[in-house]
Amino acid sequence: MTRALALHIAVLAALFAAQYLLPPYHHTNIARIMVLAVFAMGYNIAFGYTGLLSLGHALFFAAGLYTTGLGIELWGLSAAPALALGLIAGGAIAAATGVLALRTGGVSFMIVTLMFAQAGYLTILYFGQYTRGDEGFVITRAARSIGPIDLSADTPRYLTALALFSVALLINLALTKSRLGRAMIGMRENEERSRMLGYNPFRIKLIALVISGLYAGAAGAAYSVLFGYVGASFAAIQYSILPLLYVLLGGAGTTLGPFLGALLMFYLIDISSGYTTAHLFVVGAALLVLVLFAPKGILGWVRDKGAKWLP
Amino acid sequence: MDFGPYLLLALMEGTVMAAVLALTAVGLSLVFGVMRVVNVAHGEFLMLGAVLAWFVTHYVPGPPVVGFAVALVVCPLIVGGIAALSDTLILKRLNYDPEATIVATIGLSYIFQQAALSFYGPDARPVEAPFNLRIQFPWFGYSGYKIAVVLAAIVILLAIWLLMTRTRAGLIMRATQLDRDTARAFGINVDRVYAAVFALGAGLAAIAAVLIVPIQQAHYLMGHDPLLLSFIVVIIGGLGSLRGTLLAAVVIGLSDGVISVFFSPTLAKILATLLVAMVLVFRPQGLFGAKP
Repeated sequence: MTRALALHIAVLAALFAAQYLLPPYHHTNIARIMVLAVFAMGYNIAFGYTGLLSLGHALFFAAGLYTTGLGIELWGLSAAPALALGLIAGGAIAAATGVLALRTGGVSFMIVTLMFAQAGYLTILYFGQYTRGDEGFVITRAARSIGPIDLSADTPRYLTALALFSVALLINLALTKSRLGRAMIGMRENEERSRMLGYNPFRIKLIALVISGLYAGAAGAAYSVLFGYVGASFAAIQYSILPLLYVLLGGAGTTLGPFLGALLMFYLIDISSGYTTAHLFVVGAALLVLVLFAPKGILGWVRDKGAKWLP
Repeated sequence: MDFGPYLLLALMEGTVMAAVLALTAVGLSLVFGVMRVVNVAHGEFLMLGAVLAWFVTHYVPGPPVVGFAVALVVCPLIVGGIAALSDTLILKRLNYDPEATIVATIGLSYIFQQAALSFYGPDARPVEAPFNLRIQFPWFGYSGYKIAVVLAAIVILLAIWLLMTRTRAGLIMRATQLDRDTARAFGINVDRVYAAVFALGAGLAAIAAVLIVPIQQAHYLMGHDPLLLSFIVVIIGGLGSLRGTLLAAVVIGLSDGVISVFFSPTLAKILATLLVAMVLVFRPQGLFGAKP
């Protein structure tokens, strides 16, 4: 067992143990953070590893959130197939977006993804009679269970979030060790050279974006079932910026960075809101400080300082 | 009202919209053209202009026209100053790296929003128009102020055009846009040009804001829609092309006005955003841009 694998298993074990130690408020918070971290991990696969700075990941998150939520509310699906559909929706929307957006690069890619996400957000508002627009809708407690397990109760919710997070994290770790993962990093570092070596940049980037969309879709789907609320604010630009912020803070291109970033940012906003209502300022200042002084994030810095094995 | 006058009203509303949009979008286009910076905080510069206009008109005594005139001068200067400061303190230090500047301007936009929320509050507040004139058409009366806004926008845009094509400052800006290294070799202080262009772009947004507040109230979230529309206009007009931007502002402003009157405004926005994405994918030089 390598150091990297040991570290990841230790993190997961600590999260498992934490459920017995945490008071209820933080218990729910950590469950939420783990789901958001899966979203951020997906973002990191596109941005951190493949170098695709998307400003439209809220679209993929919302695709999962709404497919699962509407699947339960409108079509009367039970939670398990609705979750599966949400996962697929995230990947499918990412594939459709990628086929078009990946024809561009750099700044154009950011704006195209931003525009697609904006169109998605407006579409949710437009079909307000089904989606209830900004107000959103609540998924009934009865619909939020798989078999006999009630996912709206604290312990099953925490364990489901942890299970999703563990699978996502271990797949991410395996991805970084795989040929595909290395090819993705090749795209980030030097696309032309990768092309010369015989890789098809469009194909690699599209695969990366679809994996990223599957992560975001899974996170959105889980969010709707675990927390029972679906609303248009999750599709707005803020939810495209949040994973970017988490990844920048924790460290782009590191497997544990998205979780660390989500954890720190969540509690930074939570604690600062005890002193000031200016949490927009906290988010803005965090973005500025990171991009100015610590573009590699916390784990990127640790890796530079000697822990080169950190995946 | 018959269809004809109704369409005329829609077209007039569209023209007002197009005029304000042209001012905002030309600011964004200038910044992108000369500096290659996508300024996500552009909408917030507009919002700051509007909020400052409320403060100025609220605290300057005398008839509304005095306060408005002061606002029209002071707000663009303050907003331009804030922009120049952001450029020197932040964007310059990032070396204008495209991705880093986008993240930084997103950060700035949150900070500006928070500043407005903290010092101005969450309410939308109106600013009184400098004059009340009602122009009576055979079918309906129309606000004379709105027509004045269109005229003012045309004058300012003409001034910008003269500045860019007929003055030494414009020449320096165009030289920097073409090739910043060669410009530097010829002794142009590129850092100062960048700060000035960023300030000018933000100042144009602020002027648009002062003109629009008597029609549309000042609110801390009001920058969002203009930002999106400016993006749409700048991209459809061809990134960095001022002429294309102007043409696109007129087309988008008019069609948005007409579509919003006859159909749902949300549907109009969905179509516009998708159109932009498609233009960027299939025709990156813009619909009106000639050179690829």
